[in-house]
Amino acid sequence: MGSPIIELAGVDKTFESRAGATEALRAISLAVDAGEFVAVIGPSGCGKSSLLRIVGDLVEPSAGAVRVKGKSARQARLDRDYGIVFQTPVLYEWRTVRENVQLPLELAGRPRVEREQRPRTLLRLVGLEEFAGHYPWQLSGGMQQRVSIARALALNPSILLMDEPFGALDEMTRERLNQELLQVCTETAATVLFVTHSIAEAVFLSTRIVVMSPRPGHIDRVVAVDLPHPRVDKTRALPRFFELVTTVRQSLREDPGLASGHVRPGESG
Amino acid sequence: MLVAIAAVWEAAKTLFALPSYQLPHLHEIAADFLREGAGGELWLWIMTQNAGYTALESLIGFALGGVTGLVLAIAFAHSRWLERGLLPYVVASQTVPILAIAPMVVVWLGTSWFSKAVIAAYLTFFPVTVNMSRGLRAVDPDALALMRALAASPRQIFFKLRFPSALPYLFTALRISATASVIGAIVGELPVGSRFGMGVVIINAAQYYNWRPANLWAAILVSAVIGIGFYHAVAAVERRVVSWSRTAPAV
Repeated sequence: MGSPIIELAGVDKTFESRAGATEALRAISLAVDAGEFVAVIGPSGCGKSSLLRIVGDLVEPSAGAVRVKGKSARQARLDRDYGIVFQTPVLYEWRTVRENVQLPLELAGRPRVEREQRPRTLLRLVGLEEFAGHYPWQLSGGMQQRVSIARALALNPSILLMDEPFGALDEMTRERLNQELLQVCTETAATVLFVTHSIAEAVFLSTRIVVMSPRPGHIDRVVAVDLPHPRVDKTRALPRFFELVTTVRQSLREDPGLASGHVRPGESG
Repeated sequence: MLVAIAAVWEAAKTLFALPSYQLPHLHEIAADFLREGAGGELWLWIMTQNAGYTALESLIGFALGGVTGLVLAIAFAHSRWLERGLLPYVVASQTVPILAIAPMVVVWLGTSWFSKAVIAAYLTFFPVTVNMSRGLRAVDPDALALMRALAASPRQIFFKLRFPSALPYLFTALRISATASVIGAIVGELPVGSRFGMGVVIINAAQYYNWRPANLWAAILVSAVIGIGFYHAVAAVERRVVSWSRTAPAV
């Protein structure tokens, strides 16, 4: 595998506001290898979203070093190494589905042929070819999130940053999209950093799970997920699946709200 | 709806026994359009010419004010410092009665159509500035984060995100401005020296009101029609441009 594709060393983050300083992250060190699918899980306020945004150079760390593909996070962003998916689809409502997927290609100044063809390929990948001419509001929440995934893949990024992408969806849609996401990731060979509230989702998707705790946000434990690939519906029925869910749940025990599954979807870490 | 208004109108006139100098019959107003003016022309033709003149001034003023408002909004959205410095004066400009300013503008710029257009622009730019600068700022933070993650340039962020997402705000302002610009043009025509436009017709009709009240009512009706026409023209453009929005106006 060689050197890690994402490397955080001693990262701290303190948010300054009029109410005073809030320590969001303390001493975060993490290395992610190419092709890994790393889930970050933890209760609200544990800084998992901040962690993701620091990797994507959307937020500056207060201390510590972030290296992405051997470069600074900023350089990686400028080189367009990232695809990003938020909890809400963040589609531009004045653009059709096709035009939304086209956006990254436009911004990068890609040639016309690519701008025409790439969205078609990607929409086929997420099963939304027939909806290319629709406007976002005409689509269901799950379909909108698939468009947003297609958009994140437009420039074939080596790193996908996903911030609770399925957090606002119902359980059935979520499971189906989990499956689709894994297929997409296999085809694109992207490295994924995936923030989630859901233990089952984290176990099903990832190769490793980073468990975080709040006040200040820090890494409690990293759980390796040794489930066989490809992950299919039957994977959820394996005894090992339940063992891993239990392991992660126990690591999260300190936070009763999360362990019992009563998590408000609007909140992010 | 129009029938209902007419019914209430005529009912009020009969019920309160209002003389025609307080409220003329609707047919008296209609008949006024078919009366011959001093020059031997039909009033319908006189009104149409003056309405056209006023509409043109309003349109130019609307365009002028719209562009001014937009430029200010973009400037404010880009620089808090500029906004803090200029906004108090922009607000103050709208607290001064337009009736007081109009004669001065006419004195400065002459009695041509240009001074009227400037007065129309004076009423037009304010809603555009206020609404649009808000719209340009009211961008979803995640939509901005997406732009940043995709290494978009400031120019791209403006044209591909801020401006289109502020379009509904712009059109809300333009609908207000459309009617205000007509008012501005008419007020601009009131000062002595003007020769054309609905403002001139209104002043003259007001002077002879006791003698021929229907004339003023006819002029008011025509002025209202210009304003309504402007409003609907803007709304029609809005429906085309912001067709993607669920909140575009129905009518």
